[in-house]
Amino acid sequence: MLELNAQTIAFFIFALFALGGALGVVTSRNLIHGALYLIVSLFGGAGFFVLLSAPFMAVVQVLVYIGAIAILIIFAVMLTRGMTQMSEILNRQWWMSAIVGVLLFVMLGLGVILPVWGENGINPNRPVSDNVATTEDLGVALVDGNQYVLPFQVASLLLTGAMIGAIVLARDTE
Amino acid sequence: MEQQCINVIQTMAPCLTSSGVDPGLAQFISILIGVVLVALFPLVLVILLIWMERKVAARVQDRLGPNRVGPFGLFQNIADALKLIIKEDITPAGADRTIFNLAPIIATLSTTMMWAVIPFSPVNIGVDLSIGVLYFTAIGSIGTLAIMMAGWSSNNKYALLGAFRVVAALVSYEVPMVLALLVPVMIAGTLSMQSLVVAQQGMWFIVPAFVSALLFYISNLAETGRAPFDLIEAESELVAGYNIEYSGMKFGLFMANEFMHAFTANLLFAVIFLGGWSGPGATEVPLLGFIYLFLKTGALYIPSLILRATVPRVRIDQMMGFNWKFLVPVAIVNVVVVAFLLQVTKALGIAPVPGETDFLANLPQALVLFVGNLLTIAVALEMIRRFGRQARSETSGAAVVIAEAHDVPSAAH
Repeated sequence: MLELNAQTIAFFIFALFALGGALGVVTSRNLIHGALYLIVSLFGGAGFFVLLSAPFMAVVQVLVYIGAIAILIIFAVMLTRGMTQMSEILNRQWWMSAIVGVLLFVMLGLGVILPVWGENGINPNRPVSDNVATTEDLGVALVDGNQYVLPFQVASLLLTGAMIGAIVLARDTE
Repeated sequence: MEQQCINVIQTMAPCLTSSGVDPGLAQFISILIGVVLVALFPLVLVILLIWMERKVAARVQDRLGPNRVGPFGLFQNIADALKLIIKEDITPAGADRTIFNLAPIIATLSTTMMWAVIPFSPVNIGVDLSIGVLYFTAIGSIGTLAIMMAGWSSNNKYALLGAFRVVAALVSYEVPMVLALLVPVMIAGTLSMQSLVVAQQGMWFIVPAFVSALLFYISNLAETGRAPFDLIEAESELVAGYNIEYSGMKFGLFMANEFMHAFTANLLFAVIFLGGWSGPGATEVPLLGFIYLFLKTGALYIPSLILRATVPRVRIDQMMGFNWKFLVPVAIVNVVVVAFLLQVTKALGIAPVPGETDFLANLPQALVLFVGNLLTIAVALEMIRRFGRQARSETSGAAVVIAEAHDVPSAAH
């Protein structure tokens, strides 16, 4: 079932990036190192998108998450120098995040395994969805009245609200 | 067999296969040679670019420039590179060694990887990604990360301050750049670099989208750290900026990357707005396309060198104000205006059918968009003129107040 071709090798390299980076994020005491590991992990995620033939998502992952969000995280961490070195890896809420983490893992595991379990699992090479969408389809879907125009508008409104909020917070009191 | 080996540049893999090599291996060899060529080309070209930059800067300043090593001083940079390589490699105490060493590599990588999507000729392109335009924007943003890493890992206050300033500026100037790129993408209806060039066969995009071209050029000056936005290297205030602790070839990589990035930016401009490889006979003889592309890039690059040697540096607050208060609003208005006019031309039926390569068929739409661009730029210039006049009257008023408060003759009178 698992044949060793270029795609499989690439998948394992990206998986190594994603998981190794994620492990680095939670184990490093230096917050800057943590942020850089996060970038490695996100890069692995971008690689998965490429393997899934979703180049637009891969590039957006690099552009938005690595190019903007991760850099802003590093920016914020550097400005608060006292926070850069942490004395302990765990804080008092570790058990809560452990429960949430395990629950999330179980949910994701079920979500991945159930669609190909039992009768669906007879042909493992059958794609989960028959739709092959291009970047153009994605663009049309976001502005088409019958598809995702409302979620798109709501998300835009939320972002605008967040942006105005940031400006209000950052502005000098006059 | 002879049929496939006539033009090895275009049909490397089939040619190898027909001479008895395993198809998978032939494919691999062909891709490998392509990758090595595309990646090596900018790295070798940069030696020539630095020579050119020094010569042009010298002429502007009424000097001779390098003229001792080799003919016209051409080998000066090879000598310099040798010097940089054999210099002692110093890592400052307290530096974060891994990140410190990684930063110049990532900086160079980010520029070199952009070359993967540049169409050099109708057939020669590293990889024609369906999202090529977004790809080079995304890869370019990784360069910002390299500067941040270099500034932080050096364990030096000046380096960190320099990195802060530069990263804030680079992240800001990405906004008008991406918005400017949206316009040619809208006109061509594609994100692939090769299709963008093909869409310009009839009309170069600098005509229907010259506001975008201007915005792209200005934000690229800032992204590549060229004058008047060369705050990356502010010797006067931050000693050197983010790369202060770097020495030897690691510094050399940062420097080479800066020149390479500036050239790449002009190359991208030529591809997106000046028709890339298109020109008479380029589709029949791919080599001609390659020559056209580099002639166009050179025509852009040499004025940018003169510009760099001529204009003074702006302050960081002026640079940020110019971006957020002028470039970004103009870029947003430009996108809206072009989108509207594109629909209008479509409704009027004067839009060319996609793939139209005739100049006259493309002319009506281009003219409508050109007029729209003129209006945008006229309104923008009028607004900036008013703003400037107001700012000047305020400052001269303030000068009077200060002068009266100190009871000295005012310079404003």
